[in-house]
Amino acid sequence: MEKRRQFIKKTMLVGGALLLGRRSATAYAVPGLTIPSNTAGQKQSRVVIAHRNDLRTSQNLPDEAAVQKLLDTALENLFQQNSQNIWRYLFKPEDIVGLKVNCLAGKGLSTRPELVNAVVERLIAAGVNKSNIIIWDRHDNDLLRAGYTLYQGRQKVQCFGNNRVGFSQDIAEYGQIGSLLTRIVTEMCTALINLPILKDHGIVGLSAGMKNNFGVINNPNKYHDNIGDPFVADVNMLPPIRNKTRLIICDAITAQYEGGPPFMPQWCWNMDSLVVATDIVALDQVCWDIVETKRKAEKLFSLKQAGREPRYIATAADQTHRLGTNDLEKIECVRV
Amino acid sequence: MIMKNLSRRQYIKTTCAAGGCLLAAPLMQKFLTSNARAQSSGLEDKTEARYYQKLDNRKIKCQLCPRECVIDDLERGYCGVRENEGGVYYTLVYGKACSAHVDPVEKKPMFHFFPGSLAFSYATAGCNVMCKFCQNWEISQSRPEQIESLDLPPQKIVTLARHNHCVSIAYTYNEPVVFTEYLYDTAVAGRKPGVKSIMISNGYIQKQPMSDLCQVLDAVKIDLKAFSERFYTELVAGHLRPVLDTLVLLRKKNMWTEIVYLVIPGQNDDRRELKEMCKWIVTELGPDVPVHFSRFHPQYRLTNLPATPLETLKTARQIGLDNGLHYVYTGNIPGDPGENTYCPGCGAVLVRRIGFRILENKISDSKCPTCNYKIAGIWK
Repeated sequence: MEKRRQFIKKTMLVGGALLLGRRSATAYAVPGLTIPSNTAGQKQSRVVIAHRNDLRTSQNLPDEAAVQKLLDTALENLFQQNSQNIWRYLFKPEDIVGLKVNCLAGKGLSTRPELVNAVVERLIAAGVNKSNIIIWDRHDNDLLRAGYTLYQGRQKVQCFGNNRVGFSQDIAEYGQIGSLLTRIVTEMCTALINLPILKDHGIVGLSAGMKNNFGVINNPNKYHDNIGDPFVADVNMLPPIRNKTRLIICDAITAQYEGGPPFMPQWCWNMDSLVVATDIVALDQVCWDIVETKRKAEKLFSLKQAGREPRYIATAADQTHRLGTNDLEKIECVRV
Repeated sequence: MIMKNLSRRQYIKTTCAAGGCLLAAPLMQKFLTSNARAQSSGLEDKTEARYYQKLDNRKIKCQLCPRECVIDDLERGYCGVRENEGGVYYTLVYGKACSAHVDPVEKKPMFHFFPGSLAFSYATAGCNVMCKFCQNWEISQSRPEQIESLDLPPQKIVTLARHNHCVSIAYTYNEPVVFTEYLYDTAVAGRKPGVKSIMISNGYIQKQPMSDLCQVLDAVKIDLKAFSERFYTELVAGHLRPVLDTLVLLRKKNMWTEIVYLVIPGQNDDRRELKEMCKWIVTELGPDVPVHFSRFHPQYRLTNLPATPLETLKTARQIGLDNGLHYVYTGNIPGDPGENTYCPGCGAVLVRRIGFRILENKISDSKCPTCNYKIAGIWK
């Protein structure tokens, strides 16, 4: 039972947020914590791009303490609350939280362990048991290549691939998609944090929030036709993904604007940023905009001219999917 | 009624025979669920793939099937079993059978190829299309690391086939195009001791690899899934034209070929479409290609449709006969007279079947004993 004081505090926080901002159409809107907006009624979603000039050590590697600060800054600007409140409201101590990283490209261009460690620290501080945190990707090998240490057990934070636990037996279907889903998402986790990488993708144009969820399904290779449209949007409609994802933290510490998804150092840049949102469509739209801006600066064709405009983002926002907004006019993009 | 021509004695005999077959199998079929201990199988043991082109920036272009996937480093093709690593393309299923059985050759179905013989049948993970009605989707739509596999190199397959008195090896259950290197090497290994090779395929393959396979195969069964591009696009995730091209190529190579057409209610059972297809077969491939119209049962992602009515299958068979095909069969309806082989010359019953069992085979020296008509096929 909640104390009267706690109840009032919580109600005021939620109520305040609701008054300040219109609820996003996204399925990722967090129950009990709505993103405020300074331009009430006009902006549907907020995306924060947080940057630090001092993010790297002298060895050009991310500094763990600086990454932690960057994460706090990003989320505090997204929710306009202090970091502690945010994590406590997003996650309950009884939650089992899955951190979906993207490690396909190896050490050079995978979700940084420094960022994941920062997230883990905040989750533990919010009361989540460390063994109830699962860092996961498609395969153990992907995680190992990216510098993670595998562990499955009750003594510490867990880290393993789908290959350890397999897939659900029932086919999950939406639109064009028919897939088995990893048991990490369907059976083990009660909440998910999506931790993608910001990068170009040679087939579907962009790999960020929505594309990272291809790691949930058993047959991602079947869904790259037609520049991934509508497949990427359809995967994100699957209820276990929609209902359990509470936050998207896109690692843009090192980003790549061409030659993805593998790591191509000649097309990477140190963006030293995180892009955070609860609206996955808005986040992807902003990420696309970042990649296009960089491509233009580097005198490359736009993704549309290159024949791989990520149309799936618009599909995800359409009246059928309604996963979020892709209209930059309706996205409040905050740079800090 | 399906079983109206089947006596109780015949039914028991058939069932026992099928049971015996299963017992004879040295390896039980391993359709492993995703919950099985999902160890990495195939990922560590890689064999360089054939049929691909190296591109810039460690990309490759697969030239095995009509999809021609362009694949980035560390990515896989549509089939899910071929992976680019550092600009070298690998097959992840070479020597990795996830399913192996000893089957009657009639189960393929192959009715004009050593009737009554056994075929050592095996599969790997993966497929280059995605049929919404796939009956083996647990393996065909999986990646190798998602199902358990056995180490069965080509020579071991041949040894097992011989040990189990199999006339042939059948590459089946999933789509063998995706394990073409494994198939080719097994077929080569089987040639020396005289073990035949049969490919059970969707025909979705490029000309060069199919031509190469023709040098080591003895027969091919093609699943012609429909005669409309719409069907292929919507329900198969592929295209019709390449399959027809493969059939024509097989004809030119004089490869013994049989066709299976799974009749799905409301999807590919239009009479005009069936007539058009039968005419095309007669014109392009000749009237002697056996065509099996098989019964659909709700599967995978088409569970909302009913099983094919028996009348539809009988009608399809009649359309085939009316349009000049010599050997047209109904499939998946044990006991139906449409399972028998009739002489195109005099109409006599030559091979009587129930399900996968041969009850009587009158063909002698490839001919009808009544009218001496030459019956197309490979009989011994």
